[in-house]
Amino acid sequence: MSLNLLASEFQVVRDDTRCIACQVCVRQCANDVHAYDAESDVVYSDETRCVGCHRCATLCPTRALTIRLALHEFRPNANWTPAALYNLYKQSQTGGVLLSGMGCDQPYPVYFDHLLLNASQVTNPSIDPLREPMELRTVIGRRPGRVEVTQGPEGLRLETRLGPHLVLETPILFSAMSYGSISYNACLSLARAAKECGILYNTGEGGLHPTLYEYGPWTIAQVASGRFGVHPEYLRTAAALEIKIGQGAKPGIGGHLPGEKVTADVSRTRMIPEGTDALSPAPHHDIYSIEDLRQLIYALKEATNYEKPVGVKVAAVHHIAPIASGIARAGADYIAIDGLRGGTGAAPTVIRNHVGIPIELAIAAVDQRLREEGIRHQVSLIAGGSIRSSADVVKAIALGADAVYIATAALVAMGCHLCQKCYTGKCNWGIATQDPYLTKRLNPNIGVRRLANLIRAWSLEIKEMLGGMGLNAIESLRGNRDHLRGVGLNEVELNALGIQAAGAA
Amino acid sequence: MKRIYVNEEYCIGCRLCEVYCLTQHSRSKKIIKAFKEETPRALARLVVEEEGPLSFAMPCRHCEDAPCVAACITGAMHRDERGAVLCDEERCVGCWTCIMVCPFGAVQRSIAGRKAASKCDLCYGEHTPVCVMHCPNEALVYEERT
Repeated sequence: MSLNLLASEFQVVRDDTRCIACQVCVRQCANDVHAYDAESDVVYSDETRCVGCHRCATLCPTRALTIRLALHEFRPNANWTPAALYNLYKQSQTGGVLLSGMGCDQPYPVYFDHLLLNASQVTNPSIDPLREPMELRTVIGRRPGRVEVTQGPEGLRLETRLGPHLVLETPILFSAMSYGSISYNACLSLARAAKECGILYNTGEGGLHPTLYEYGPWTIAQVASGRFGVHPEYLRTAAALEIKIGQGAKPGIGGHLPGEKVTADVSRTRMIPEGTDALSPAPHHDIYSIEDLRQLIYALKEATNYEKPVGVKVAAVHHIAPIASGIARAGADYIAIDGLRGGTGAAPTVIRNHVGIPIELAIAAVDQRLREEGIRHQVSLIAGGSIRSSADVVKAIALGADAVYIATAALVAMGCHLCQKCYTGKCNWGIATQDPYLTKRLNPNIGVRRLANLIRAWSLEIKEMLGGMGLNAIESLRGNRDHLRGVGLNEVELNALGIQAAGAA
Repeated sequence: MKRIYVNEEYCIGCRLCEVYCLTQHSRSKKIIKAFKEETPRALARLVVEEEGPLSFAMPCRHCEDAPCVAACITGAMHRDERGAVLCDEERCVGCWTCIMVCPFGAVQRSIAGRKAASKCDLCYGEHTPVCVMHCPNEALVYEERT
């Protein structure tokens, strides 16, 4: 075997004055970084395998461990960065496509961080959400262009037939994460938290585990290109259906769940043989046009008796505005757009880092286009792809989204440390794994509590921000770009976002 | 009475319960000192049992009908006012009958001399036993069950 040119990415710094050789780190590391030598009563670390997930450091009872970036320094080169060199070493060693987990980590501009919110001063009063009612309830689905009523003997009668809707207590949903890519305990935590918070979670392309059917009213069932786990009961159980065309982390390519993660339970839920790779094709092989999409939308509506909203999820890419317009006209009740930074369990690194556009620009473009075409009311817009805080939620809604999808933030709430190694199936936090030694590390009771706390805290913060702007309903903020100002953006970007620069009168 | 129960499906086998139990029953009650300086080192009074992915901590069950209390030849093993089964080390003569009759293997020989019963005392004086308090996955709970 020839020389391995890769160096360790991390340093494991063990403070020997604190280490009590209790071996908690040894037992917790699925990558076998730590090993105990009984003869010397010492714990050694081999950091070449460390992924920087911090499981050991977090559980160490004496805080003896610190994980640092390895300090190997190349001759400075602004062009050939260490990351670029290591990728080349790795690729020339393996001959394969480099994989990554989670969302794009490259330093493209984060437009959310260049947007500032408004607040009321003197001329209009701000509202204290602790003293006055504040409405965050959000309805997802088609709204009628006009409402017709007739005068009957018992008063007014609504003649217009309202479409099926989803009602959310706060404008946040848990984005698609499949059973298979994440553990059963993680799915259960999301489902229970969605129920507790009055929002919805999304099955991803993994089907629905039989024990999660009871959370149907809080479930969006995804129908993706592999059609894994799709059967009549699955469609009937969910509150809404979502056709997944694309995902922000890997627009244009399909999915790949490695066979190691397809355990007996996952295979039953997905309806595929145990241990086989679950490969989702890049396109839906029955969708090659907007007309084909319309057929599938209506096939799903027909199958569910027109009782459930059917949405379409696409990645934010060039020409997203006309794409969204087409989706709206194809009959979708909502459009979910996943931006450049959207996460994944596994994607080719090169795709994850280089394909797509930031979600902020996509929301602005789509909202603008749908308004101009007079069809904005026909469809709801759910934005995802790195919503990191309640401020991002408020900014996304002010740009024109109806609600946001969060997934990475939800995983972080459950313990994820963004080590980006989901595709290895060795998640030390028990989230992106099916290994029975690891999945039990996520106690769903704790997961639910932490997720519900996150949603509650964000909702409180959203109310505070709304109140500050003098608004008492999230509905009043939707697409209200006058409440946004840009800092450090050029004219083109300001125009694309449809906002004014900070300081404008 | 409140007892320590284990939800084995969430026990991650980290053995932090053992670490904190040992510390609590050390002379200094300071974790680094208890492990690095105190000799002989204190004993953890519960042990994590493991087989494959299944693991669980096994502290004394403080049985209603405790065989160790019945079998104790000197009356050292007794039940206190809370209902907890404790060993009075002054009276223990180290015959180890309790170790033999305990169906859970929850009694161990103590480190000092021949005295026997080193066992869970539910962290007498603490609001919650330390193993429960420090269980990172809430696999150990301290509660009243009927």
